[in-house]
Amino acid sequence: MNLVAIAAITAYAVFLLRAESQAAVLGLIVLAVAGVPVLGKTGFLHKLNESFEKHKKTTLIGVLVALSVLVALFYDQHFVMLMLASVLLYTVACLGLTVQFGYAGVVNFAGAAFLGVGGYASAVLGPHLPHLLVLAIGGLLAALVGSVLILPILRTRGHYAALITVAFGLLFRTFVEVNDALGGPQGMQVKGMNLFGWDLNTGLGEASFYANYVAVGFALAAAAFWLVRRLERSWIGLSLDAVRLDETACAVFGIDVARWKIFAFTFGNFFAGVAGAAYAMMTGFVAPNSFTFGDSLILVSIVLLGGLGNLWGVALGAAIVLVLPEKLQALQEYRFLLYAVLVIAILLVRPAGLIPRRARRYFA
Amino acid sequence: MNIGLFGQYVANGLMLGVIYAMVAVGFTLFFGVLDVIKFSHGDVLTVGAFAGLATYIGLTALGFTSPWAQLFVVILVATAAMAVLGALIARYLVLPLRTSPPLNTLLLTLMLGSALRECVRLFYPQGANPKPFPRLLPQDSLALGSFSLRLDNALLLLGGLAAIAGVHLLISRTRLGLAIRAVAQDGETARIMGIDFERVVLLTFALGSALAALAGVMNGLYYNEINFSIGLLLGVIGFSAAVVGGLGNIYGAILGGFLFAALQTIGAVALPAAFPQLPSAYKDVFAFAAVIAFMAWRPTGLIAERSAERV
Repeated sequence: MNLVAIAAITAYAVFLLRAESQAAVLGLIVLAVAGVPVLGKTGFLHKLNESFEKHKKTTLIGVLVALSVLVALFYDQHFVMLMLASVLLYTVACLGLTVQFGYAGVVNFAGAAFLGVGGYASAVLGPHLPHLLVLAIGGLLAALVGSVLILPILRTRGHYAALITVAFGLLFRTFVEVNDALGGPQGMQVKGMNLFGWDLNTGLGEASFYANYVAVGFALAAAAFWLVRRLERSWIGLSLDAVRLDETACAVFGIDVARWKIFAFTFGNFFAGVAGAAYAMMTGFVAPNSFTFGDSLILVSIVLLGGLGNLWGVALGAAIVLVLPEKLQALQEYRFLLYAVLVIAILLVRPAGLIPRRARRYFA
Repeated sequence: MNIGLFGQYVANGLMLGVIYAMVAVGFTLFFGVLDVIKFSHGDVLTVGAFAGLATYIGLTALGFTSPWAQLFVVILVATAAMAVLGALIARYLVLPLRTSPPLNTLLLTLMLGSALRECVRLFYPQGANPKPFPRLLPQDSLALGSFSLRLDNALLLLGGLAAIAGVHLLISRTRLGLAIRAVAQDGETARIMGIDFERVVLLTFALGSALAALAGVMNGLYYNEINFSIGLLLGVIGFSAAVVGGLGNIYGAILGGFLFAALQTIGAVALPAAFPQLPSAYKDVFAFAAVIAFMAWRPTGLIAERSAERV
């Protein structure tokens, strides 16, 4: 059943990416907008979600095949490959945010700033260090920068904590904009990724060089997915859930609330930093304008749209949020408006996200 | 630094402070009655400013040219229109989400904010470009030694303070104010006492949004220019001011507004003086860093909500 579903989603993606005329794009979007609530009402999405969980191997292979099909169909189109790689890298960053928002309940409205830390790290260190190391350093640096916020975040709650991250996001953007050593408003060039002598910026044969980044993005996303899934299932995940649901009860049962909040926050920022470093290498430049408050909001809407805490939801959310505005290109001017309205509609109709996370089950 | 320049900075800081405080009061009112953060508040301000501008253009086209009459009508139309918009937003977008997690309301209003922003950009004629805002106030200036006080700035400052004082009187002295405070304290009990919960919420949103519209018009009169994205930063700053002051408390919001303006002014003036290598562009970095440090020190703001949590 999940193979059928994956095939259907892939086919949908192919049609959507192929669709040239706006009528076709709109038709496909309307189909999805109308179809998803129906599927949700009939409980199909829940079943699908469970089936994904049950048959992990088949699902993994299915996703791999689906991705290969997409690559095989569009391997020579720069734009489609760029989209695909972006979706995968954003998935990595948003998996990190999921650990923060969805598990530990630590809000973070500065996701783009942590992407930015990774990006600038790769811009500065890229020419000097092996790139795999740069990715790791990008992540570590993001986690380190985030640790500045740990004290205020631990002391505050709810909207007060939200403000701290909002303020940090704005602070980061203004800082890189006025800092001449980091290129000021123009930003910096970033060298393309080079892994063990394999230069990712030269395509294989006719293939777009972005296809290489799709491969790297998939590797990162799969690793992040596996890690976060393991985390969720482990006693750590259980502690994080408990911290989110009731801090007082947690403390009573001897779970160190502060420790798990710090852990989740740092862990999530690490992912954002790694994704940011890889993304900067792919696009070849970093500039303050890519790390605005609006971009942080995009990350948050990905996490919420898919269903808070649901890992498959994150991938789905990333695909919707990133691909949709691009496919609405011909509506050009109106696409941000349309996109904002769409998110509002989803929040009103399905407040728990497209695929809500289910409660942990003791008897699996 | 001479006294004149110092006075100029103080006047400028006070002006910013009044505008920030007006926005912050809106945030704090909404938080009081519904415990939500309405992030589209800054963009309501933008729409209000543009509504004022459109009214002005309409009036000029109709042949009204007396600046005072124009000013009166501009403010009237802008505040009334935004009051209606605010109530509509509360009725159809914020109230339906009362039962879902607070994060959703936050995201929804953020998205609404960008929708409003986009609407102004797309549907106002040439909305993507900055628009000149008319000078409706007398431009004379009073020379006080080396410091010249511009009359329009003084009037704006007084007008803003009067608006805040008016809202304060409304909240503390009238029956409606009593109802708003009752709902803020305990919605359930307020209902039992016969207060129409939904109506009070809608009126509160109308009040806060009207205040934002006034702040938008004042902002336009002060800078003589508006553009579609002014609301984004003003919204975030207003939110910061409300939180720094302590959410739900009007005095806190006013205090927070002036505090933030003071931080920005200090950042612009004192930083380059103390560290010559730092350009004054770091003033926002300084202001936001100070806000973060401040929140670490007083996690619930200057005037904290009194909260005893029963577990």
